[in-house]
Amino acid sequence: MQSSTDFLRQLPDSAAHFARGEGFWRRLHIDPIMLLLLLMLTFFGLLVLYSGSGQSTGMVKRQVAFYIIAYGAMFTVAQIDMKILARWAPWFYGIGIILLILVYVIGVQAKGAQRWISLGFIRFQPSEALKIAVPVAVAAYFSSRMLPPKFKHVLASLMIIALPAVLILKQPDLGTSILISASGLIVLFLAGLRWRYIFGSALLLAASAWPIWNFVLQGYQKRRILTLFNPEADRFGDGWNTIQAKISIGSGGMEGKGWLNGSQSQLDFLPESHTDFIIAVLAEEFGFVGVLALLGLYLAIIMRGLFIAWNAKNSFNRLLAGSLILTFFVYVFVNIAMVSGLLPVVGVPLPLVSLGGTSLVTLMLAFGILMAIATDSSKT
Amino acid sequence: MNKSAHESDHHQFKDHAYEQRLFKRRVVVSLVLVFAALTVLIFRFHDLQIKQHRDFVTQSDNNRIQLRPVAPNRGLLIDARGRIIAENKAVSTLSIVVERVENLDETLAELGKLVDISERNLENFHKALKWRRRPYQPVALKYNLSDEELARIAVNEHRLDGVELQGQLVRYYPYAELFSHVGGYVGRIDEREQNRFDDEQKRLYAGTDSIGKIGLEKFYESVLLGSVGQEKIETNARGRALRVVDAQPPQAGSDIELFLDVDVQKAASEAMAGRRGAVVAIDVDSGGVVAMLSAPAFDPNLFVTGISSRDYRALNDNLDLPLFNRSIQAQYPPGSTLKPMLGLGGLEYGIISEFTRVPDPGWYQLENDERLYRDWKRGGHGAKVGLHQAIVESCDVFFYDLGKRMGVDKMHEFGNYFGLGQHTNIDVPSERKGLWPSRAWKKNVRGLNWYPGNSLNMSIGQGDVLATPLQLAAMTVAMANKGRFIEPRLAKSIAGESTQMTVRSTYEGKDANWAQVLKGMKDVVHSPRGTAQSLNRDLNFTMAGKTGTAQVVSIAQEEEYDSEALLERHRDHALFVGFAPAENPRIAVAVVIENGEKSSEAGAVAKAVMKSYLTNRFPLEFADAK
Repeated sequence: MQSSTDFLRQLPDSAAHFARGEGFWRRLHIDPIMLLLLLMLTFFGLLVLYSGSGQSTGMVKRQVAFYIIAYGAMFTVAQIDMKILARWAPWFYGIGIILLILVYVIGVQAKGAQRWISLGFIRFQPSEALKIAVPVAVAAYFSSRMLPPKFKHVLASLMIIALPAVLILKQPDLGTSILISASGLIVLFLAGLRWRYIFGSALLLAASAWPIWNFVLQGYQKRRILTLFNPEADRFGDGWNTIQAKISIGSGGMEGKGWLNGSQSQLDFLPESHTDFIIAVLAEEFGFVGVLALLGLYLAIIMRGLFIAWNAKNSFNRLLAGSLILTFFVYVFVNIAMVSGLLPVVGVPLPLVSLGGTSLVTLMLAFGILMAIATDSSKT
Repeated sequence: MNKSAHESDHHQFKDHAYEQRLFKRRVVVSLVLVFAALTVLIFRFHDLQIKQHRDFVTQSDNNRIQLRPVAPNRGLLIDARGRIIAENKAVSTLSIVVERVENLDETLAELGKLVDISERNLENFHKALKWRRRPYQPVALKYNLSDEELARIAVNEHRLDGVELQGQLVRYYPYAELFSHVGGYVGRIDEREQNRFDDEQKRLYAGTDSIGKIGLEKFYESVLLGSVGQEKIETNARGRALRVVDAQPPQAGSDIELFLDVDVQKAASEAMAGRRGAVVAIDVDSGGVVAMLSAPAFDPNLFVTGISSRDYRALNDNLDLPLFNRSIQAQYPPGSTLKPMLGLGGLEYGIISEFTRVPDPGWYQLENDERLYRDWKRGGHGAKVGLHQAIVESCDVFFYDLGKRMGVDKMHEFGNYFGLGQHTNIDVPSERKGLWPSRAWKKNVRGLNWYPGNSLNMSIGQGDVLATPLQLAAMTVAMANKGRFIEPRLAKSIAGESTQMTVRSTYEGKDANWAQVLKGMKDVVHSPRGTAQSLNRDLNFTMAGKTGTAQVVSIAQEEEYDSEALLERHRDHALFVGFAPAENPRIAVAVVIENGEKSSEAGAVAKAVMKSYLTNRFPLEFADAK
C-alpha cells in the first residue's frame, strides 16, 4: 500500500490547483478531482493497451476515439438534473427491459450468445444500458420509501433486479447478469438492508450451491469454474488463458520486464492481452510496482466516488452514487481476481483500460451521473 | 437538510437524518470491504510476482525459448580415387504456412505463375494438408527448386504471405544405379524404426528424418550420421521462430573412403551388359573390395525422399528382382569353381599326388551303386587324367574320384580354410553364408546320413553346396594369396583413419602343391585346352582362374506363366573365379551370370574387370592394355 498512500498524499496539491477555478468546474458540472483521476487512468490504460495490442497504433487510435465519445457522454450526462433522472427512472428501466426482450426477437449472435441488437450502422448490447438503469431504478424505488427497507419493499426491489438478471442470464451471459444483480443489491445494502436478511440470504445461497451447480449452470460455466481450481487439467484448452496469465504476472516480478518488453504479451502467449487480460500485460511489463500503482489509482477513484456519495443531498443521489462507484469496484475486483486466477474466467473487462467501446461509454455515463450528483450537492 | 420539507412529499414519515447516518455506516462497511478485497488482490499479486517469481520466469522462458535440433551433415562415401558416390545436395523446398495465407487458391495460382507446379505437387500438398500437424507448420508444395525458380520466388516473397523457402540437405547418389546395392541408400525413418529407438538414438535423430536402410549407408549409419546440434530460438505462441538466442553447431558425420573404384565398377557393369548376375572384385593384398555389382540394379535416389508406391511396386514385382543384392545374398551352387581348392586339399592330405591318374570314360560309378555320375564332357577326358588336366579341362570324373577318396569330413575341413559356409564379415549388412555341407549338418538339418554319392556331388560344387559371389571372391583371394584368408571389406578409411585388415586364417600348404594348382588355374586361360582359353586373346597380363556352371535345380512357381522366360531361366548359371596377374596376383574376381550357360562369358566379365583395375591402378606396367 506504500505507493497508494504516496499517491494520496499528492491529491491535496492537485485539488488546490483546481480549487482556484472551482466556479468554473461547477458551471461545467464537472468534479475536477475525479476528472483528473480518470484522465490519469486513461493515459495509463492507453500505454498498456499499446503494448497489449501488439503495438498496434490502429487499436490505440480506436480506443482514443472511444474515449472521446465516452468523455463526451460523461460530460453530457453530468448536465442532467438529478430530479428528472429520478422521475424518469421507471421509463429507463422499462425501455431497457423491452430492449432485452427485443434481443431475443431481432438479436444478433456472436460467439454462441445472443447479446446484440443491430441498428444497421451500429451494434450495441442492451445489457450495457441495464448496468445503469437497474441501480437507477432500485435507488429511485427506495428514495421515496422508509429506510431501512421493509420486507415487502425488499421483495419488490429484488423483482426489479431479478427480471433483467434472468433475461441476461438466458442470453447466456452469466458475468453481466451477476454484475447487474450486484449493482442492484448494492443499492439494497446501502439502503440499510437489515443484517439478518443479509446473513440469512448468505446461508440460503450456501445451501443452494449444490442445486445451482447441478441444475442451473451450463457446461461451459461449470468448466470455467473447474478450470479455476485445476488449470493444468486442460493445458491447451480452457486452462491455457489462466496459466499464461499467471505466468505473465509472475514473471513480471517486482519491477517488471519493461514497457513493450514482456515476452508473454509481445510473443502472443498471453491471450486476450488487449481486452480482458490486459492487467497481465501491465503486471508483466511494470511488475508489482505497476500493479500497486494501478490499484492505488482505482482506490483513489473509489474513495472520491464514495466521498461524492457521502455528501450527496438526498436518498436517491446517495444510493445511486454509492451503488455506481461500488459496482465500478466490483468490476475492477472481478477482472483482476479472474486474471490472477482467484475467480473463474467470466468475460469482464478491466474498467477504463481494456479495449472496448460499449463498456467504456457505459462506465463514463456512470461517472457522468456521479458528476451530476456532485454538482447537485454543491447547489444550495 | 430540511426535514419537514421532505416529509410533506411523502405519505410516510422519513427520518432523513437517520437514513443518512445509516447510509454512512454502510459506506464505511463498504470501504472496509473494498480495502479487504484490495488486500486480497495485493497478497495474490505479491505471491505470484515476488514469492513465485523465479518459478514463473522459468515457465515464461520455457514458453519463449525452444530448443531446435540442427541436423548434422551426413558423412560422404568416397571411392578409392576420391570420387564421391554418396553426397549431400542442398535443395530448396517451397512450403506454405496455411494459417498465414488469406486465400489459398489465389496464392497457389500466384505461385503457379512463378514456378512450375505439377498436378502431382498439388495432389501431395493437399494430401499433406489433411494430415495431423501442429498449427503454423509449413506444408511442402515443391521440392528441389532450381536457382531460377528460387530467385523468382525471392523477388516476389513480399507479396506472398505465408510462402516459405526452406533449405535442407538431401542425400544424392551421383552414380545412381552403379552402386545401388553396395552403397545402399537412406530413406525416411519409418514408424517401426522409430519405435525401436532408445533414448540416445531419439536424441541423435532429433534433427534428422532419414536413416541408412541398406548397404554401406546402413552398416556405417552411426559413423555417417554425425552428432546433432542445437539452437535455442525465441518463438512466439504460434511457433514462429523470431531469433536464434544461442547455438551449438552440429558435428558432421565422418566421411568414408572406400576400396570401391568407380571405373572398375563401371567396367563390371558394362561387361555384364544387362545380364542378371553379380560381380565381386577384391584387392588381393588388402582384402579391399574394388567392385561389387548386382545386376539388375535400381536408382537409389528414388528412395531418399520417399519412393512412390508405383515405383516401389515396379521394382518389387520385377521378375529380375532388382532389389535383391545378388553379390552377398544370392546363394549359387559354385560348381567347378571349387575344383582348384579341393585339388589342393587332395594334395595336402596326401590323397592324390602329381602323378595320380584317373581314367575318365565320361562317367564315374561307385561300388554297389548302379547310378552313373556323368562328366560334363561326353566320352570323357581320356584314360589318364591328372590333376593339372582335371583343373584345366574341368574334368568331373577326376574330382568324383577325389571326392570319394577324400570324403566329406576332409573336404569340409579344407573348405573351411577358404571361408565356405561362413560369413565373410564384410562391412555391409544382410550377407548370407551359403552352405558347405558336413556329415553333422546333414544329420541335424536333413535328418539323413551322409552317402558317398553326396561326396561326389560336393566335389564338383553341386548337390547341397551353396556360396555367394562374395564368398567365391574371398576364396579366390585366399587361393591367390596361397592360403591367407583375408576378410573382405569395403571401407578403406573412416574419417581419415585406416581400417584394419583381418586375416582370419592362413593355411600353410607345401609350395610344390600350391604351384601345381595355381599352374592349373593359369592354364585354364593360357593353355589351348583350357576351358577359358578364349580369354587369352588380346591379353597383356596373365590371369589364372576357374570356370564353373551351376545347374538351376528349382524354379520358382510364379515363373511358370511365361514359357519363354521359363526356358531361359532353366539354363545353367555361368560362373568364373580368377585372379591376375597369375604370377603376382593383385586382384581376384568372382562372376556369376544367371542362366548364362557359357562360363567363358563369365570369364570375359572377370577379364574386363581385371583389365580395368590393372590399367587404372598400374598404368606404367599395363600401359598398352587399353
